[in-house]
Amino acid sequence: MAQTLLRSARPLQRLGLAATQQTSKMSSLSLVPGEAKLPDLSYDYGALEPAISGKIMELHHKNHHQTYVNSYNDASIKMQAAEKDNDIQSMISLQPLITFHGGGHINHSLFWENLAPTSQGGGEPPSGALAKAIDDHYGSLDSLKGKMNTALAGIQGSGWAWLVQDKQTGKLAVNTYANQFPVGGNFKPILGIDAWEHAYYLQYQNRKAEYFKAIWDVINWKAAEKRFT
Amino acid sequence: MDSRTSVLSAIIAALLSFIVFERFVLDPSPSTQQPQSIPSDILDMSVANYSLPPLPYAYDALEPAISAQIMTLHHTKHHQTYITNLNAALTNLQTAISGADIATQVSLQPVIRFNAGGHINHSLFWQNLAPASSSEAKFTSAPKLSKAIEATWGSEKEFKDAFNKALLGIQGSGWGWLVKVSGEGKEEKLRIVTTKDQDPVVGAGEVPVLGVDMWEHAYYLQYQNGKAAYVENIWKVINWKTTEERFLGGRNDAFKVLKASM
Ligand SMILES: [Fe+2]
Ligand SMILES: [Fe+2]
Repeated sequence: MAQTLLRSARPLQRLGLAATQQTSKMSSLSLVPGEAKLPDLSYDYGALEPAISGKIMELHHKNHHQTYVNSYNDASIKMQAAEKDNDIQSMISLQPLITFHGGGHINHSLFWENLAPTSQGGGEPPSGALAKAIDDHYGSLDSLKGKMNTALAGIQGSGWAWLVQDKQTGKLAVNTYANQFPVGGNFKPILGIDAWEHAYYLQYQNRKAEYFKAIWDVINWKAAEKRFT
Repeated sequence: MDSRTSVLSAIIAALLSFIVFERFVLDPSPSTQQPQSIPSDILDMSVANYSLPPLPYAYDALEPAISAQIMTLHHTKHHQTYITNLNAALTNLQTAISGADIATQVSLQPVIRFNAGGHINHSLFWQNLAPASSSEAKFTSAPKLSKAIEATWGSEKEFKDAFNKALLGIQGSGWGWLVKVSGEGKEEKLRIVTTKDQDPVVGAGEVPVLGVDMWEHAYYLQYQNGKAAYVENIWKVINWKTTEERFLGGRNDAFKVLKASM
């Protein structure tokens, strides 16, 4: 697990500028400096109950995600000015803020999409190529869920667990990422679960294993299928 | 962080060697056979077993700054879980040592670091909090420390502003600390330090004087995403008497509650 808790800063801004083309399918995700916006949810705050309470969803989206968006915009505008002035000192000190808040924006945008109310297909098992890849790689969907839940439970501090696809081999893997480090490098994100305490605390408090178990009832495998190639 | 990593490694190495030492040197009936032959019940007896230190005040004593619900969950659930996992890891470590299973010994290190850190940090945290109405919660209860703080930061307010800024700058889970550092030239200095996750302040020459838990579980039920308000209110319930004692003492004094919980 430790080796996947990547803490190395990545040049996210460059990734971010390219990301407008790369992730154009995700219309809401803009990483143009100063122009990131909070994406709308495609379901009501209360629609994921009882797995995730309406109160959690509202705070998580309107407050936490919005703060990442605001702070990313702020830092990326400063970064632009620093680049213009060739102010390397400022660029270096802004980099962790870009990574953290830009990462928070990316992660949450992907997360909202990979959740859905049960009335809109949430919890329905994947089909097609992704279902086959999961069976081939993990034996069964349940076994993948178990692997993800073990990874989630093992996160020391704040972070995420992601089902990712290796861009070179096409193979699936389960990775964890500390804080708001986004999936990158050789991997692309297929399905993410937020393991920050704010994602579950109002409802589950210290019983995080119950949250990890319940969230599978509202996983939108259709969104995951679209990300899988 | 790198120096912390190496310090932690050194501590774990010391811990490993201590357990080996205890096992093979202090054992009243040393076995000449392979360590695998030691019965597990004998092994269990010499494994460190930590228990939850009681709070020095009631769960609702810090209200309204910190709610009774937060304090109860934080102490009886979160802190207890670090202790439970630490004890389990130490037991597994001893089994791995006696079985000469080096791979398991190495893989247990991050688990020990995390859960021992959680136990250390929370034990220090409870002691450096006090009800707002108590005399301990007054800055004047730390006459020598307050002088040093004023000498370092200019004023109590400037120190708190700097500390708050550090707390709010933590990305993810972690802690903010006021640390007394003694080292080169024996001159003691105060520093504001943040640590990630449950990394403890255990570096050579470092004495943790004051710690503030910035994990979301420390404030979320009451403050939700308003962590600036938590950071503002925590100053009302700081036990300055404890911080003064830690400032005047050495590391062993700061960790005395921890030792008592063994
Ligand atoms: Fe989140
Ligand atoms: Fe805590």
